[in-house]
Amino acid sequence: MTPVCGLDRIDRESGVTALVEGHAVAIFRTYDDQVFALSNFDPFGRAGVLARGIVGTRGDVSFVASPLHKQAFDLRTGQCLDDPTVSVASYEVEVRDGQVLVGGRRR
Amino acid sequence: MTDQEQPHRRQQLVVVGHGMVGHRLVEAAIERGLTETHDITVLGAEARPAYDRVALTSFFEVGAKALNLLPRGRYDDPRVSLRTGVEVVAVSPRQRIVTLNTGEDMHYDELVLATGSYPFVPPVPGKDLDNVFVYRTIEDLEAIRKAARKARSGAVIGGGLLGLEAANALSQLGLETHVVELAPRLMAVQVDAAGGRTLSRHIEALGLSVHTGAMTEAILGPDRAGRVTGLALKDRKALDVDIVVFSAGIRPQDALGRAAELVVAERGGILVDERCRTSEEHIYAIGECAAPGGVMYGLVAPGYAMAEVVVDTLLGGEGTFEGADMSTKLKLLGVDVASFGDAHGTTEGALELTYADDVAGVYKKLVIAEDPEDGTRRLLGGVLVGDASAYGVLRPMAASGLPLPDNPEDLILPAGGGGGVALALPADAQVCSCNNVTKGEIEAAVDAGCETAADVTRQTRAGATCGSCKTQVKKIVEDHFAAQGRTVDRSLCEHFPLTRAELFDVVLIHGHRTFDQIVEAHGTGRGCDICRPTVASILASQLNGHVLARENRTLQDTNDAYLANLQRNGTYSVVPRIPGGEITPEKLIVIGEVARDFGLYTKITGGQRIDLLGARTEQLPAIWRRLVDAGFESGHAYGKALRTVKSCVGSTWCRYGVQDSVGLAIMLELRYRGLRSPHKLKGGVSGCARECAEARGKDFGVIATEKGWNLYVGGNGGAVPAHAQLLAGDLATEDLVRYLDRFLMYYIRTADRLQRTSTWIDQLDGGLDRVREVVVDDVLGLGTELEAAMAQHVDCYVDEWTATLEDPDKLARFVSFVNAPDLPDPAISFDTARDQIVPAPAAVDLGASIPVGAGR
Repeated sequence: MTPVCGLDRIDRESGVTALVEGHAVAIFRTYDDQVFALSNFDPFGRAGVLARGIVGTRGDVSFVASPLHKQAFDLRTGQCLDDPTVSVASYEVEVRDGQVLVGGRRR
Repeated sequence: MTDQEQPHRRQQLVVVGHGMVGHRLVEAAIERGLTETHDITVLGAEARPAYDRVALTSFFEVGAKALNLLPRGRYDDPRVSLRTGVEVVAVSPRQRIVTLNTGEDMHYDELVLATGSYPFVPPVPGKDLDNVFVYRTIEDLEAIRKAARKARSGAVIGGGLLGLEAANALSQLGLETHVVELAPRLMAVQVDAAGGRTLSRHIEALGLSVHTGAMTEAILGPDRAGRVTGLALKDRKALDVDIVVFSAGIRPQDALGRAAELVVAERGGILVDERCRTSEEHIYAIGECAAPGGVMYGLVAPGYAMAEVVVDTLLGGEGTFEGADMSTKLKLLGVDVASFGDAHGTTEGALELTYADDVAGVYKKLVIAEDPEDGTRRLLGGVLVGDASAYGVLRPMAASGLPLPDNPEDLILPAGGGGGVALALPADAQVCSCNNVTKGEIEAAVDAGCETAADVTRQTRAGATCGSCKTQVKKIVEDHFAAQGRTVDRSLCEHFPLTRAELFDVVLIHGHRTFDQIVEAHGTGRGCDICRPTVASILASQLNGHVLARENRTLQDTNDAYLANLQRNGTYSVVPRIPGGEITPEKLIVIGEVARDFGLYTKITGGQRIDLLGARTEQLPAIWRRLVDAGFESGHAYGKALRTVKSCVGSTWCRYGVQDSVGLAIMLELRYRGLRSPHKLKGGVSGCARECAEARGKDFGVIATEKGWNLYVGGNGGAVPAHAQLLAGDLATEDLVRYLDRFLMYYIRTADRLQRTSTWIDQLDGGLDRVREVVVDDVLGLGTELEAAMAQHVDCYVDEWTATLEDPDKLARFVSFVNAPDLPDPAISFDTARDQIVPAPAAVDLGASIPVGAGR
C-alpha cells in the first residue's frame, strides 16, 4: 500500500486527490472518520474532479456528488446512485498511525 | 373558379386591424392549425404591431416594449405575414378585394375586420386647440407626456374606467388633476351611487379633484401658443388647466364596413350574427368594430371570444358568440374596483345586500335573486369598491348560478369573509373571463402535469391577460393538489423539511454559526449537494465570514471551494473584479501579462470584465498573487453572489447622458460585492433613457432621468428573459441605495434556492406590488432591519482572495495531488484554436473508471 498523506490533511466530509501509481485517486473522509478511495475520474463529465465534490449522505449511504453535474457516487463501492449502469473504480484504503494508505483497485 | 374546383389552392385570409383582437385571431389561427390551409395577411394601420391597450397607462412606467404583444415584430409561422402602417381604404365584397392606401389591391377568400374603435370627442367648442388629447394609443400617451413637461394642471373629461386611467396618468406625470364627469357618479356603467361615492372619496384623498354632474361647455383658449387655458363648466367655476384629455367613450371604427355597404347596427358597429358573419358572405367583423346582435362590446374579453369564434367557423366548427360577461375588476389609482353580473340589480325581483365602511373606504354590494318556489338564493351580480378580494370567488359564482350559502353576508364582511369562505365552484365555472378558462380546465392542466399556478397560466392562459383571477387560479391549483392528497413538497431536500426561506429564518433566530448546529437542530443526516451549499450561502449572508473558513468550507460547491469557476475539463476560470467595467490601461496590461504568463485563454464577458480560462487548481494562488498585487479583487464570478454592475459611459463622456452612470455603477458594485444570495445577482446602470447598459435585463437596473434615478427590479437574461419592472422613480441617490439595500436583503431572506429575482417576484403573493409595499412603503416595518443587515455586509467585506493568500491553511487546498502538490494533472491537456488554448478531449481515464454497460 502507498502512503499518501496524514489523515489530518483531509477535512471531515471532503476529499483530496492523490497520485497512486500513475492513477488519480480521490480519497474521502466522512463525518465519522471513515476513509474511502475512488477513482477521481467522473465518467459523466469525463474529467478528473470527483475529489472536489460535496460529500454527504443519502439515507445511510455516504456519497460524493460530482462537482460537474452532481451525479452521486456511493463512497463505499463507487456505484452511481443516479444511474445503476455506471460506477467508478474503488480502491483499498486504510489509516495506520494517522497516515492514509491506498492499495490496489478493488476487483 | 370556386374552391371546390381547386381544392388544393391555399386560401387567402386577410385580417384588417392589428390590435389585441386581430392579434388574438392570428394566434388562435396558428394554434388551431388554420394556417395549414390558409395564408394570413394582417394589415395594421398603426406603425407598431399589436400592443396591450388594457395596460396602456403602464406605458409611462414600463415603456412601449413591455406592452408589445409581438416582441419580434412578426409571427413565427411563415404563412402569416404582418404589414404595419398600412391602411385599408376600401373593401369590394363582390370582387373580394381590399384596396390599400398604397394603391395596391389585395385579393381575399375570407376577410376579417378587426378595426377596433376610436375615442368619441363631443362637439365642444375648443376641442381642436393644442394640448387637447384623447387616450387611445401609445402615440397619444407620448404626446401627453411631452405636453405635461410644460404643464401644471390637467383635466380629464369622462369619469369612466378609461377616464380614471387617464387621470391616473396625468397625476403620475405630476399634474394637478381634475376629473370631469357628466353623470352624477364616477364609473356610472359599473358601479352604483354608493360605490361611486366611495370611489370619489378615495380618489380625492389622493389629491385629485372630482367634479361629477358637471357639463363641459367649452374648452377655453387659446393662449399665445395656441394652447388650452381652461375648461368652462355649466353652472360652476371654470377650471384653470393646461391640458385636456377626452375620455368620453368610444365609437366603433366601422367606416370601412359602411363604405362597403355592410349592414351597420343602429348604435354603430358592423352588425354580425352569432358566428360574427357580416351581411356579406366571406366577411367577418370582430372586436369593438363589430356589433353582435346589435350590441357593441368595449372590452377585450368579448373581442377575444369573437376571434375564437371566427377561427372555429373557418375550421368548420360550430362555435358561436353568445354575448359576454362584462365583469370588470381593476385597480384604479390604487383603489380596487370590481363590478360583475347584474351590478345594478335590473333583474326583476332582485334583492340587494350591502356592506359599507366609510372610514375604511370600503363598499360592497351583492345582487341576489330568490327562487319563489324553493327559496334558494342565487347571486346575480355585485359591486366592490375599496376591497375587491372577494371578486375571484363571487364572479364565477354569479356566472355559474351556484346557490348561495345560508349566510351570504359572510361573503362580503371583512375578516373571515370574502375569499375565506370555502365554496366549491362547479367545474364549468369560468374563472378567467379574459381567456374563457373554467375551473375544470385549470384542474385538468394540473392533472396533465402543471406543478404551479404559473405553469397553469402558461398552459391555459388563465390569468394571462388582466391578471385579476391570478389569486383564484393559485387557490384552485392548491386546492386541487390538496384534494388529491398531493402536498406540494417544498422541502429543501431529504435532510431539511424546510424551504430555504424558512431555514434562513431559523438560522437567524437561533444564531447558528455552523452546519453541524443547524442539521442537528433542524435536520437529519449529513446533508448533500443541495442543502450544504444552501446553508453555506445562508451563513455567508448572515455572518459575512470567509467562505473557506475551516468550519464551513466543506459546505461550499466546488466553485466557491476554490474561489474560481470549474470548467468542463477540471480546470478553472479566473475573473478579477472590474467595477462598472472601468479599468486603467495599467491594470488591463496586468491581466494580459498574467494570461500570457500562465498560458490562459482570454475572453471578454457580457458583464464588462475579462475571463481567464484554463487555470489548474495549483496555479490559482500564483495567478491571484499577481492580480492582488496589481490591485485586483475577486470578481465572485464563481459565487451565487453579486457579479457585476454594468454601466454605459454616462454623462461624463456621452453627449446624451444625463447622469454619471459609471460612478453610480462602481459605487453599487463596491457596495454589494461579495454579497451571497440565493442565485447570482447582476445589476446595471444606464445614464439616460437610451439604456445602453441594458439595465432592465438585470436583477436590478437603474436608469438616469432628468430628476434622478429610476429603479427597476426583476430583470433577467438567460433562458427565460424578463424585463425589469419599475419599483420607484426619480429617486435621489441616497433613496435609491436605501431601496436597493432593502430589496436585495428581502430577496436574500425570502427567495428559494436558485431562484432569480424575476421568478421570486412572480411567485410572491402580490408580486411586484408586494415588493413595493415592503421595500418602498415599508409595510412590514422591516426597512431598518434590512438596511442594518446590508450595512453589516458592507462593513465586514474583505476580498476573499487577498485573505486566502494570507492564510497557509486555506492555501494548502490548492494542490493538484495531496502527495505531489505541484505536479500538473496529466489528464488535463489542451489543443489550440484561433491562437489560444482550448480543452483537449479527455483521451485517457487513467484506467480508474469502469463505466459498466454502455456508459455514455
